[in-house]
Amino acid sequence: MSHRLESGGRLIDRSQPRGFTFNGKSMRGVKGDTLASALFASGQVLVGRSFKYHRPRGIVASGAEEPNALVGLGKDRTFEPNARVTTTELFDGLTAESQNHWPSLEFDIGEINAKLSRFLPAGFYYKMFMWPRAFWKHLYEPIIRMSAGLGRPPRHRDADHYEHFNITTDVVVIGGGIAGLTAAKAAGDAGAEVLLLEQTAHWGGRAPVDGVEIDGQQAEGWVEETLKSLEAMPNVTLRTRTMGAGVYDHGYMLASERITDHAPDASVPRHRLWRIRARQIITATGAIERTLSFAGNDLPGVMLASAVRDYVVNFGVVPGEKTVVVTNNDDGYRTAISLKSAGLNVPVILDARDEAIGELPEKALEMGIRITPGRGIAKVVGKGRVQAVHICNQSGDGAAIEEVEADCVAMSGGWSPVVHLWSHCGGKLIWSEENAHFRPDPERAPTGADGQAFVLTAGAASGELTSDGVLADAHKAGQSAARNAGYEAKTGNAPTSPDENPKPMQAVWNMPANAPYELRSKSWLDYQNDVKVTDVELAAREGFESVEHAKRYTTLGMATDQGKLSNINGLAVLSQALGAEIPKTGTTTFRPPYTPITMGSIAGEARGELFQPIQRTPIQDWHEANGANFEPVGHWRRPYAFPQNGETIDDAVTREINATRNSVGLLDASTLGKLVVKGPDAGRFLDMLYTNMMSTLKVGKCRYGLMCNENGFLSDDGVVARIDDDTWLCHTTTGGADRIHGHMEEWLQTEWWDWKVFVANVTEQYTQIGVVGPKAREVLEKLGGTLDLSREALPFMAFADGAIGSIPARAFRISFSGELSFEIAVPASQGRAFWDALLEAGAEFGITPYGTEALHVMRAEKGFIMIGDETDGTVIPQDLGLNWAISKKKDDYLGKRAQERSHMTDPLRWKLVGLETLDGSVLPDGAYAAEAGVNENGQRRTEGRVTSTYYSPTLDRGIAMGLVVRGPDRMGEELEFAKIDGSVVKAKIVDPVVFDPDGEKQNV
Amino acid sequence: MLILNCPNCGINCDETELAPGCEAHLKRHGPGSSEDEFRDYLFAKENPRGVHFERWRHANGCGKWFHAARDTVTLEVFGTYSAQTFEPPQEIRDVIARKRPGWAWREMR
Repeated sequence: MSHRLESGGRLIDRSQPRGFTFNGKSMRGVKGDTLASALFASGQVLVGRSFKYHRPRGIVASGAEEPNALVGLGKDRTFEPNARVTTTELFDGLTAESQNHWPSLEFDIGEINAKLSRFLPAGFYYKMFMWPRAFWKHLYEPIIRMSAGLGRPPRHRDADHYEHFNITTDVVVIGGGIAGLTAAKAAGDAGAEVLLLEQTAHWGGRAPVDGVEIDGQQAEGWVEETLKSLEAMPNVTLRTRTMGAGVYDHGYMLASERITDHAPDASVPRHRLWRIRARQIITATGAIERTLSFAGNDLPGVMLASAVRDYVVNFGVVPGEKTVVVTNNDDGYRTAISLKSAGLNVPVILDARDEAIGELPEKALEMGIRITPGRGIAKVVGKGRVQAVHICNQSGDGAAIEEVEADCVAMSGGWSPVVHLWSHCGGKLIWSEENAHFRPDPERAPTGADGQAFVLTAGAASGELTSDGVLADAHKAGQSAARNAGYEAKTGNAPTSPDENPKPMQAVWNMPANAPYELRSKSWLDYQNDVKVTDVELAAREGFESVEHAKRYTTLGMATDQGKLSNINGLAVLSQALGAEIPKTGTTTFRPPYTPITMGSIAGEARGELFQPIQRTPIQDWHEANGANFEPVGHWRRPYAFPQNGETIDDAVTREINATRNSVGLLDASTLGKLVVKGPDAGRFLDMLYTNMMSTLKVGKCRYGLMCNENGFLSDDGVVARIDDDTWLCHTTTGGADRIHGHMEEWLQTEWWDWKVFVANVTEQYTQIGVVGPKAREVLEKLGGTLDLSREALPFMAFADGAIGSIPARAFRISFSGELSFEIAVPASQGRAFWDALLEAGAEFGITPYGTEALHVMRAEKGFIMIGDETDGTVIPQDLGLNWAISKKKDDYLGKRAQERSHMTDPLRWKLVGLETLDGSVLPDGAYAAEAGVNENGQRRTEGRVTSTYYSPTLDRGIAMGLVVRGPDRMGEELEFAKIDGSVVKAKIVDPVVFDPDGEKQNV
Repeated sequence: MLILNCPNCGINCDETELAPGCEAHLKRHGPGSSEDEFRDYLFAKENPRGVHFERWRHANGCGKWFHAARDTVTLEVFGTYSAQTFEPPQEIRDVIARKRPGWAWREMR
């Protein structure tokens, strides 16, 4: 049983108890504990269930590489799933619950999957649930969803807040072990600005646990001294609890700081995302111990050897009373020595190598620990946790020589450098036969804008596995980084550590070497995703030879730990199965972040109102105060309708249309884009941009224009007014102002850069108000001013400048509704005053503000197209019957050549028509007209679709427009449109203009 | 997250300030061009491993377009230059020739 030792624990303070709950049960730890050590101290070894087979699982590791012990932390608005207990610092009142079990952790129905495991091999889901197709949605998926998966997503809005922090610096050092400290010191001494990041709350990494001696003193003292000198350096910044998450192009990197996870405090940000630009990045990220693949290696109580001694030395807890150590290298002996020194029972050290002769084995022998070379584990047995170990010859096939009682197994399969951050941005790896791991190849480092390497590695992250080697390598890396960042490195010497003389490790990919299927099928590679040795072998047999394919087929390394423990072992098994060398098989791609970071920290301050800026017209306050129902258009929020006195939105739209058609309506059109195009070549330029001829437009006149892209497709439309000889004002759609401005700039800057034209976006300089309806002129004339708004002085498609009342105004006689209509532009600062004046003057006529839906219905009644409704990026003006707006006189305009392509002139193109349902109903938006037969893909053929469809109060029936094959040639034909419920509605092809076709109402 | 120097305003721009604009030095083919010419102009863009010339716009900055010469594999930047030119300036071609002997891009050597 796991428990707290009587003494020891360099990171804990036994005088300060901390209470917490696990699955509702009250437990106690002490200050300095992680949740993992506190669970061990409370005797809790079982912490979760595995993903697929629901096997009981315990803690394996002591750090970020932990695959099993994931819990949900907190509750309601502070709930967070998939937190690793090994990196969660304990605080008073912490609540944790285990995951992926039902109904309880101890008794889980899904455990039946383990009994069925031989029927659930790699690729099982792909093979099994193919057929029948309908079963997937209604049967398979719901069951799989209930029984699979890790944590559940939070259901409540996050109570915490988060922030981003931007910084540039010379050198970032990732990792605060002895390598990181040494590298930071060397770079800092040279004068470089240094940022040193450590993901845990403690400096020094493994060295203090492993009893390393540096410069004649214990590592702990050396770390303290080095920290003091770094803290005294003004050019060095130190951060704990900050994980280097990702390295990106040109020295960009992200780091995630956990500010309050260890001491919740809602008044400060919980996490801080550091967005860093560095000249040089040093990854001093250490190494991770590998597991050994023997049968039963996933039972609770089987752990990494290094983790076992971390718990003993750092927290004074042990996972068990009797620990069998199994190793293929000298380092594993350190765990046996730590345990023995703490007075614990180590029945045997199983060394897979044929000889155990190094300094550490000798020391273990001196302490009276039994060592058996050439041995391994045939299998670990126990119900729910380790109870005994069957020992066998490593070179054999697993015949048990001896059975040893134990409740913990400490395994060491060698060490793999943490190469993730090196690899994120393209750093390449080389295989080390000596250490059986991939390490960074300094000759092929990630390169920056200057073509030079910008990532260096230091210490164990370089593949150095002795303390002295680590220190020398890190010192050199610090000096190089400073030099590369433009500083002259000091000549000082690296700190030193006594020579450790480790004997070579021996790669062990299967334990025992000739383990039969029965054992291999109980040997886990990836604990979190439940991938076993036999799964990877099966993938190889079935032809998934590429490591990336095998990964996806088996899901090896695809869990939240991204295969930190399983990667190399999995590759090795795959290579064996393929009969290939490991370096030939290669690695899968390492992708950021190194460990998961919260969505909250990625979002930072960008949530709620700060998520996206909202553009507001000068009338917005009035809209909000008068019940507007808004819809987003670009970054604007436009009133959709103004429901009054509890009426429905549909009723409001009808009322607004009737008021406008019968008397006068008011539209806030300020959102329309307004671009001033000016210069001696402005007319020539606009002739290229629009399909129409704009250079011939007379001063004082307006013209409706179409804009296409080079592909010929309609991109925007709007009214163009000629202000003076060399100035045009181009209106764009509401969402199009910035895009069209950019479009114009692109052509001016990159193609016709010798043309003398300036473009200015003046959209927000003006308030533009549509005064629309038979009484529009009367309302405006009541306000007085200098403008003559009579039919003779200001005819349709003309504009005039002057004053309305005392407000300077430009009045455009343009109409998007078919009514007598003036669009009046006034300075934005006087927009609201003008709106209020119109409301007052129009009161006697029942003046009625209307929203975008009324605008849409009225334009559809007139057969006017809307960009985004009638167009979708594949529609040319000719499809919409807009040939009248395409100049025949021009040699060229953007899109002209494209519109000459055979597909664009195909008589079978879908073209714009009106659609009138036989029963008067409103057609469903986007509905397709079905045709007899099927196409080459077996899909039902279609011959048209609805692009705009509304209830027209004016005609008291549904109206619609659509694109139909040869539409205009088929007037009067009936089409069948499919509705979502499967029924069909018939509609007749008609002219798109269904209201006042001769324009008598607008031309008065 | 590239950093490119905007030759118009002189600052080193983070990629978040920039909008990519595809291949540089395209020759526009309008009315009168053949089907093949027009297709190549619109769609047949270079996508090399190695030396490439691109258009970028300093969209969240001065708003101006510029050209960049860079290596699409190593992300090394050989230089940025004016958008108002038909080909890369000689000094940038010299830099590329020095760093990538034997380079070629479309008809350029």
